This record gives sequence, structure tokens and C-alpha cells, in this order.
Amino acid sequence: MSAIAFWGAVELGLVYGFVALGVFLAFRILDFPDLTVDGSFPLGAAVAAVAITAGWNPWLACLVAALGGAACGLVTAFLNVRFGILNLLASILTMIALFSVNLRIMGRPNMAVLNQDTVVTSFYDLGLADHLVRPLLLAILILITLLLLARFLGSDFGLAMRAAGANARMARANGVDVGGQIYVGMALSNALTGLGGALFAQVSGFADVTSGVGTIVVGLASVIVGETLLRSRSMLIALFSCVLGSVIYRVAVQLALSADLLYLNPSDLNLVTAVLVALALILPKLRAGKGAVR
Amino acid sequence: MISVKDLHVTFNPGTPLERRALSGIDLTLNEGEFATVIGSNGAGKSTLLAAIAGDVVPRAGRIEIGGRDVTREAPAKRARRVARVFQDPLAGSCADLSIEGNLALAAMRGGKRGLRSALTAERRNELRERVAELGLNLENRMADRMGLLSGGQRQAVSLVMATLAKAEVLLLDEHTAALDPGMAEFVAEITQRLVTAHHLTTLMVTHSMRQALDLGTRTIMLHEGRIVLDIVGERRKNMTVDGLVEMFRRVRGGAELDDDSLRIG
Repeated sequence: MSAIAFWGAVELGLVYGFVALGVFLAFRILDFPDLTVDGSFPLGAAVAAVAITAGWNPWLACLVAALGGAACGLVTAFLNVRFGILNLLASILTMIALFSVNLRIMGRPNMAVLNQDTVVTSFYDLGLADHLVRPLLLAILILITLLLLARFLGSDFGLAMRAAGANARMARANGVDVGGQIYVGMALSNALTGLGGALFAQVSGFADVTSGVGTIVVGLASVIVGETLLRSRSMLIALFSCVLGSVIYRVAVQLALSADLLYLNPSDLNLVTAVLVALALILPKLRAGKGAVR
Repeated sequence: MISVKDLHVTFNPGTPLERRALSGIDLTLNEGEFATVIGSNGAGKSTLLAAIAGDVVPRAGRIEIGGRDVTREAPAKRARRVARVFQDPLAGSCADLSIEGNLALAAMRGGKRGLRSALTAERRNELRERVAELGLNLENRMADRMGLLSGGQRQAVSLVMATLAKAEVLLLDEHTAALDPGMAEFVAEITQRLVTAHHLTTLMVTHSMRQALDLGTRTIMLHEGRIVLDIVGERRKNMTVDGLVEMFRRVRGGAELDDDSLRIG
């Protein structure tokens, strides 16, 4: 694997790190199996691509993409909280609908974001190689996000959100509006995913309606890989492990694809992903089995 | 102060499974009054508590807490006036949150939860002091996950949690029933101590006749959704466990006491 391929994998891992944080929030904090991300990720990309092509400031485009993602999360939460539709099904409905919405936003299945001012362009003339600037900027962005998120989850409001996901009955008995927490948590989760999509469009140079397929699997894989590597009761480290998991996942995929001995080519990506996720799910079980206390 | 007027609760109304759980309960607890509630299985003890907490919507009747009609208020909204400890030690706390996290959460019951850090140094100290009062040596394990504690320890911490924020009424639903006898005794003792110290209006469901007479200031017996016995003061002081069992037998039409439903000790 060349250095450029390696840093490309890191870059993609950091972009999907935002998705991993969103998935962590939905699956681990809220205990809400949310497939909306398969739609909110390409939505973020589509919104950013259209806005940037229209000459908007790329940071503003990112903000709007995040808000768009938040709106997707709110729709899913609304279906679940207000009408009692099963959480998984509610998220699938939103995801399906978003495919059409994303086509409407772009007016076509995909569009290029080349030769436009993106969030990275202004950092290209700092003297570093382009393939290093992108991961560096993304690393800084995700670090800020991570710190803010950890601080949020450590607040009175964030603690209530954790309780709402872990023990809804107890949360209610302590005056927590569980439905309200689901709205906020789902909005935040999909805002992070939308932001990830917006950054994806800018560093990869395109937005595509089909780019959302399997986002949830990748996000979940990152969370699980991270949890397997780093176990801690610190929320900050738990969040960091999601991002680390995402990067390691991408590097692992890149390694698998670039090892000539394995006779793999890029079209085998989904198979490799499924095998990696399955392994990540099986390994902790094996480890727990050895302890024999279960 | 809490008052319940002509409360009726029916489960599955209009279906073959229809069951009248409460049929006209009238009960007023004055401020600082500590009432124990006994009755056989299905007598409506837990339903009464669930109705007061808002988990169950009554078919008819009125519930006032602190002079305010809360009959139609959602449980989460009512929580500012109602503190609870459940029978299942796992139900009243979050296993994955730390001890201090659980306490910090409970301390904000009824308050406005903002973005202020939940565990400031100041609050940490306050919570630690409250836990130290239990004498369980848990004050040195504040960052441990709640799930690492034993059932009894969890119930003891749950009691502290319930008394951190102000409440008009404390509801204890057989909170010692799932514990071994020694721990049940200990938790009962803490209950009495905390209720007295915080001058809490309390309604405690119990299966133990002894506990029903030893704890609190008033004892109520439910049968088939009605209050069949309500004793305070002298009459209660003179009541023995045997006397209570006899009462129990009489309301049940002379049927033998079901060992599963009641413990005499």
C-alpha cells in the first residue's frame, strides 16, 4: 500500500468518523437502531454539492447539510415517538423517502464538486502535500466535534439522554421527557452524519445518491471495532474509539484490497465489509467466552 | 400532602380480560405521614402506586398532590412531585451509568436540565456526603458503574436518589422484597431514617406484616381494590402481627393465608 493510498484511507476513515459518532449516539446512547443515516449521509453530500456549486461559502454549506441531516433524524423520531412506529421501521421509511429527496436536491443521480472552493482548498497553500492536508484538517474538525460531544453528554441534559436510552422507565420516574430526548438525540446523530456527507462530497469531489448504501453498516462496524480495541468508562475515550475504529476499518479495507495475494478488487468491498463486521462482532464474544462469566 | 378521591382503575375495559384493580379508593396522607400498605396479590397495592405516579390512567376519580390535580398529568411531568423506588433493584437506576451519574440524574428530578456539567466538583462532594451517610463504604466507589453493586446496595443508593430532590410524596413499591433478609432489614432501616430526616410523605407497599407495623405511622390494608383497614396512633400501636393476620383472614372470608402472598415475619 502506497503512502497516498494509506493517507487516503485515513482521510475516508475520518470522514466516516462523523458517521460513527452519529451511529454511536443513536445505537449506544439512545438504544435506537437507526438506518436513517443511509439517507442522511448522501443528503449531506447532495446539499453541500449543490450549495458549493451555487457559489456558497463551503462552511455555510456544511452547516446547512448538518441541519438537513438533523431534519431527517427529526422525521424518524417523529414517526417513532408521535405515532409509535417501531424505531427500525420508522428509520427505514425515512431512508427510503430520502433517496427520492436526494435526487430532487441534485436534480440528477450524481454531481461533481471539482474545481470549487471547498473547506480544504484554503489550506492547500500551507506547504503540506495535498494528501496530508485533508486528513489533518479532518482530524482537527473531528477532534473539536468529539470534545463538544463529550461535554454535551456530560451535562445534565446529556445525562438525561443517556438515562432515556438505558432505562426509559427510570428516566421518566426522574422527570426526563424520554420522547423529547429521542428527538434531540436523533437530530444530533443525523446532523453529524449529514456533516460527514458534506465533508465526503468536498474531499472526494463528488456527491452520489447511491453513496449512502451501507453507511449504517460501516458506522456500526467502526463503533464495534473501536469498542473492541478500547474499553473505558470515560465517555471521551468511548467517542474517540468510534473515530479510531472508523480509521482502522478503512485502513484494513485498503490493506485487504491492495494485497495482491488476496486477489481482491474494489467490487469486493461489500463482501470485505461484511466479513470485517462479522469478525468484529464475533471476536468480543470469543473473548467473553474465555472469561466464562456470562 | 396527597389525596386520592374515589379512584377507580380498570384494566382492559370492555374486553373478556376486564379486571377492576381499584374500586373507589379514598385516601389522604398529611404532610410527613408515612403509611405502609399491605394486601394479598391482586389487591391493588401496586396499581394504587402506579396511578399516583401516573403510569396507570384511572377510569374515574381524582388524584391531588400538594393540592394540585395531577390525575391527567404524564409521569415525567409528575415526577417533580413524586419520588419513587421500585421493587426491582435494576429498574430504579441505570446499570451503565456511574453511581454519581445516577445520583446526579436524580438530583435534577423536577429541575430544568441544561448544558451545565452534571458532575461539578461541588455537586460531586454533595453526592459523596449523601452516599457516605449510608455507611456502605460506597463513597469511595462513586465512579464505579451502578451495575457492579449488589441488589441491596442498589436499593440503598436508589433511596438516596429518591430523596435528593424535593418531592411531595415518596412511593416505595415493595422495595425490600427482592433482597435477602439481612439486606432487607438494612434497607428498611435506611428508609425509616431518610423519611424521618427529610420529613417525607410516604406510601410504602410491603409484603411483610412485621415491616407494615414497625415502619411508618399508619397502616392500610387493601382487598379487591378497596381499603378494608386503616389504622393509626393507639390502635396501630396495639396491633400485633397476629392481629393483623387475623384481620387479613377475616376480609378474605376465612380462607387460609397464602404463604406466597404474605410473610408474617
